[in-house]
Amino acid sequence: MSDHSTTSSPSRYTVADRAPRKLSAFLLRWESILVMMLAAVIIGNTLKSPYFLDPFNLADATYNFSEKAIMALIMALLILVREIDLSVAAIVALSSLAIGYMGEAGYGLVPLIATGLAVGLVCGAFNGFLVTRSGVPSIVITIGTMSLYRGIAQVSLGDQALTTYPQRYLDLGQSYLFDWPPTPLSFFLFLVLAICFAVFLHKTSAGRQLFAIGANPVAARFSGIRVDRIRLILFTLSGLLAGLGAVLLTARIGVMRPNIALGWELDIITMVILGGVAISGGVGTIGGVVLAVFVLGLATFGLSLMNVPGIVINVLLGLLLIISIAAPIIIRGQSGRR
Amino acid sequence: MSLLLRYREAILALIIALMVTGISLYAPPFGTLSNGVGVLNDTAFLFMMALAQMIVILTRGIDLSVAANLALTGMLTGMFNMVFPDLPALIYVALALAIGGGLGLINGSLIAFLRIPPIVVTLGTLAIFRGTIVVVDGGSQVNTSDMSSTFAGFPKLELFGLSSVFWIAAIVAVLAWFFLGQTRSGRGLYAVGGNPVAARYCGISLPYQQMLAYGISGAVAGMSGYLWVARYGVAYVEIASGYELTVIAACVIGGVSIGGGVGTVAGTLLGALFIGVIVNALPVMQVSPFWQMAISGAVILAAVIINARAEGRALKLILPEARRAAAQAKR
Repeated sequence: MSDHSTTSSPSRYTVADRAPRKLSAFLLRWESILVMMLAAVIIGNTLKSPYFLDPFNLADATYNFSEKAIMALIMALLILVREIDLSVAAIVALSSLAIGYMGEAGYGLVPLIATGLAVGLVCGAFNGFLVTRSGVPSIVITIGTMSLYRGIAQVSLGDQALTTYPQRYLDLGQSYLFDWPPTPLSFFLFLVLAICFAVFLHKTSAGRQLFAIGANPVAARFSGIRVDRIRLILFTLSGLLAGLGAVLLTARIGVMRPNIALGWELDIITMVILGGVAISGGVGTIGGVVLAVFVLGLATFGLSLMNVPGIVINVLLGLLLIISIAAPIIIRGQSGRR
Repeated sequence: MSLLLRYREAILALIIALMVTGISLYAPPFGTLSNGVGVLNDTAFLFMMALAQMIVILTRGIDLSVAANLALTGMLTGMFNMVFPDLPALIYVALALAIGGGLGLINGSLIAFLRIPPIVVTLGTLAIFRGTIVVVDGGSQVNTSDMSSTFAGFPKLELFGLSSVFWIAAIVAVLAWFFLGQTRSGRGLYAVGGNPVAARYCGISLPYQQMLAYGISGAVAGMSGYLWVARYGVAYVEIASGYELTVIAACVIGGVSIGGGVGTVAGTLLGALFIGVIVNALPVMQVSPFWQMAISGAVILAAVIINARAEGRALKLILPEARRAAAQAKR
């Protein structure tokens, strides 16, 4: 990749503002690969099933990934700064528990939403406090809080379920926000939040600070970036969005059991990693994560239209994750061997 | 405080002893010898799986696919048994070791040669292994009635009241102690985890050590798969679902550092025993089993935070990374 500085420049020492645009480099960009994958998924599914491109079917398909996708946005920022939050699904369970109890107690729409968000916020802040104060890697802390939060939900509810919710609350998750194009609230919120996150991460100096922390936390600290404060905020926000996920999910399914959202943390991390965010930190875009959300969501929807069992879909998505990460490494390895 | 670090295992053992005493005073049946034997038998799977996981974590890796590997290998050996019943049990053990080891080497080669982060690889293979179970068996189960007597009987054999699963875990522990302490490859695991650059300059091959670690992890998970299926008399998709996090929790409580290069066989065994005691004490104390998850979560947090406090005291450094690095350097 270092042979491009010789082309017809007047001085040998010209320094370009940026690397010259190369078609191969553009095509090997992660987002380009994702766009091609998305196109393949859409074309393949359209050819396979006449029901795939129906707007109402697609709108219903978004239900299955919108809550996870909202949580994937903040997970992307956490992974970008070399942290991870494995407790998000457990926070969903705990928030949903609180919403369920408020529903049983007969409260209305606004208290239910506020409770869900508040519980998520507190759980997230507790994660952030532990991570920044103890110096223990966040993967360990959040494995602990994951057991703690879901454990509390299990202790409180045992094998019972909470099913009493006001109708106005259930409507949040079970009706469209707009009738045309049919748009569920959760999907609309995901799009709005994705735009907010993209602007924040890519267009503000605070967003650039996240890349600095991810690339080198010690250097970032010595550059005057308040690394621990940013980590605390990100974990708190992760809890808050998990609370939002709980609000939407509970309204959609209308029942709270302690195993709600079980295993979601791994689905969410898959979205983020497929979106091109490096697990070692410092690399990633919101656009990539959004594309990965669509690739995974539409592939799942298309496969289930073809009556493929859910667990087989998991195999295919697992293969997709590994192959899509491995393929560029192999291709680059062939072209530029050291 | 350095005393606490040096005698970490002793303190953990002391806590477990206090816990057992306290529980026995509260619920006398817990203190009997037969119950103690029951706890050891019950925890045998966790002992060996935690040791294997420790070997992976030593190299700065993580293996999230162990429980899925256990379920898949258990199912495959169960199906093999239906085709070839009444072979000696050791053949099934060897087969399970081979299948599990093979699955582990798939993880290992993706990590060692393609340099994909371990958490990404094993997250993917976790889904793939578990889903493959449905693909190979078409969604059905292997039940006790499908199992031959040699296959199902082996994990129920007893010596001094302890099951063969426990004795296998004991053999795994002795081998792990010898391997990690006395062999070049075993010391190499600590070296690549403690300081990969220095290890490279010493001529220690990172890909070799990673293949070794994930191969061992897979082989132990596979063997546990056969023993699990035969002992509990059923193989289906969901067995040991989520068990990988219990295994990692045992390592963390036992003082294995997620940052690599730090961990002992004794500590890991005690970490597993700690979880085993809690799991077995709850029903005896007539506490709802639903408490188990919340308690182990609280214990993990307490253990790691006390540990980190002990390391971080007297140092005023800017970031946790620097604090950890200083604590590692001090050792």
